Amino acid sequence: MTDQKHYFSKKKQIQIKGIPAAPGIAIGKAHVFGTENIVPQERRLSEGEIAGEIERFRKALKQTKEDLIGIEKRISREIGAEHGKIFNAHLLVLEDSVLVQEVITRLKKKKKNIELIFSDVLNKYISVLSKARDEYLRDRISDITDVGKRILRNLIGLEERNLEALDEKSVVVAYDLSPSETAMMYKSRVLGFATDIGGRTSHTAIMAKSLEIPAVVGLESITDMVQNGDQVILDGIHGTVIVNPNKRFLEKYRKEQKKYEYLEHELIELRSLPGETLDGKKVVIAGNIELPEDVASVISHGAEGIGLYRTEYFYMNRKDLPNEEEQFNAYKSVVMRIFPNYVVVRTLDLGGDKFLSQLDVPKEMNPFMGWRAIRFCLARPDIFKSQLRAILRASAFGNLKLMYPMVSGVREVRQANEVLEEVKHKLRREGIPFNEDIPIGAMIEVPSAAITSDILAKECDFFSIGTNDLIQYALAVDRVNEKIAYLYEPTHPAVLSLIKMVIDNGHRAKIPVGLCGEMAGDVSLTMILLGLGLDEFSTSPIAVPEVKKIVRSIDYSEAKKIAEEVLTFNTGREVQEYARARLRDLIPDLAIELIPDL
Amino acid sequence: MEARKNIVVKNRTGLHARPAAVFVQKASKYESDITIIKEDQEVNGKSIMGILMLAAEKGAKITIIARGDDAERAVEELSELLMHDVELNADNKNGGKTGR
Repeated sequence: MTDQKHYFSKKKQIQIKGIPAAPGIAIGKAHVFGTENIVPQERRLSEGEIAGEIERFRKALKQTKEDLIGIEKRISREIGAEHGKIFNAHLLVLEDSVLVQEVITRLKKKKKNIELIFSDVLNKYISVLSKARDEYLRDRISDITDVGKRILRNLIGLEERNLEALDEKSVVVAYDLSPSETAMMYKSRVLGFATDIGGRTSHTAIMAKSLEIPAVVGLESITDMVQNGDQVILDGIHGTVIVNPNKRFLEKYRKEQKKYEYLEHELIELRSLPGETLDGKKVVIAGNIELPEDVASVISHGAEGIGLYRTEYFYMNRKDLPNEEEQFNAYKSVVMRIFPNYVVVRTLDLGGDKFLSQLDVPKEMNPFMGWRAIRFCLARPDIFKSQLRAILRASAFGNLKLMYPMVSGVREVRQANEVLEEVKHKLRREGIPFNEDIPIGAMIEVPSAAITSDILAKECDFFSIGTNDLIQYALAVDRVNEKIAYLYEPTHPAVLSLIKMVIDNGHRAKIPVGLCGEMAGDVSLTMILLGLGLDEFSTSPIAVPEVKKIVRSIDYSEAKKIAEEVLTFNTGREVQEYARARLRDLIPDLAIELIPDL
Repeated sequence: MEARKNIVVKNRTGLHARPAAVFVQKASKYESDITIIKEDQEVNGKSIMGILMLAAEKGAKITIIARGDDAERAVEELSELLMHDVELNADNKNGGKTGR
């Protein structure tokens, strides 16, 4: 009976994952912004009407131009000139003589009303662009649609939908928002926004960041899942939207929100300070990146280097393979921007849950344990060599370290180094500069590598522990299977022992040991990892200030005691509870309740 | 008068959005008609839509043709724009990257 009552009285909680566009957390009522699909009615024209129709078109273009100039001025004044410039491209579309001529010619030929002809022509262009291979080019569709809609509205005499007219503070949910609509959110009642489409390089995403409005884009079908007035949590840090959250989630996110605001405040102070304990032990607090443009976030969050540059993104969402030059330019720009700090470039880690569309790789029963990462690279020296060449060439421009992923034993390191030597030899012959002493490291994420880390340490210059995979392999827990998610425990005594073993073996061989999995950003574990002797924490940039804050608030001797203590515990749960209690004592604002992660 | 030049796009972001906008603005200052050819595609160099349709990325081989009194100068300046690995526009908030 109670179940049924529950069913009728409560809406189901839904979680949707999208692309984080602007950080921050918004909690509030949803305001669903209807899709603005202007579908013009078809009307035949008599010969005598054609001239008048063309005149209407010219007038609408003129009106739209005036509107755009007005918006450009307003945005330049209120938000910044660089955002006003977006409308330069819009104006060019409007003044595009080829486009205008095409519309007029077609109108004369088809003898139909201008609204219909104009949207046909525009749609033709949009459909070509939507097939573009390049994400950046595809994102320009929203710019063209934006101008197109303006012209159509002026032709039909429609008002622009207005975000300034919200009755109460709301989280706006829409299929898409144009850059000008986003810009209008300035000083309005918009708490945050979520859209079905959009990518990381869309103007909407870029503008949301400078407006400091939390935003998640690319949610695909959020407009179908939310109704006006539904309560929503929008997490612009992780790119998640939760519709009709239950009490537990609500509480968790209210705290996250508070924490975010607290950190925003602290960030300014922490940014330029080193990762150093109260008693003077120095550790590196670095950031993980996927794209060269992520470097900005690494720097703004005060990270002291890049502990993991994932290079897979290069190879995804495209039909061909990236060439050496393209990779070299990306690596070089990262190396130069992060200098004098270092960047650890991880060679291609394809396989598991990420695969190439352009390579014919058979489906596997156990992809996480299959043909992936260094195994794949050693089998495809053509792909591997081109990446190594690009990395080596970039090493001449700053402080670059090279890391092999998914090493399971020392043989793989030797084999990879042989390929590397070949590439180095060729570069030398060609007279192309690179760092002869480029540090080579292994990512420790397979239990066999952790257990033989004493052997590996003799042939590596550094280690980085990849906990996401290490945990799943050590505990035999598929991390994408929800039914067994409760078994995925970073604090499991087996995991902690493996981490300790790797750190100790690294230190015995006098090489530094970092950790670049999600565990590095779990603030409740920072004290333990610090106490185990970790030299480098590499985490998503957003978690850098928290980790730094903790490191700077504790004595290393104290952290060591905590680590020794937790190593005597029998279950992961005990470790978790103890760690959280200690964190609560140390920095109450950072402590959050124990709720299973998303 | 006609002038033409074959070039390889060296600009890091190819002929996309901002670079395309700058190109169109420059091209429009000339009397000459400007045409760009890539493979079998031919577009008007003064049309932003046309240039976006070309989707000319870095490394693309294109031909710039100008017909008119200032043809030579137009081809020189416009090819110059695409042959350097510099951002065409000082405003580079997007990083001009393609987000791959």
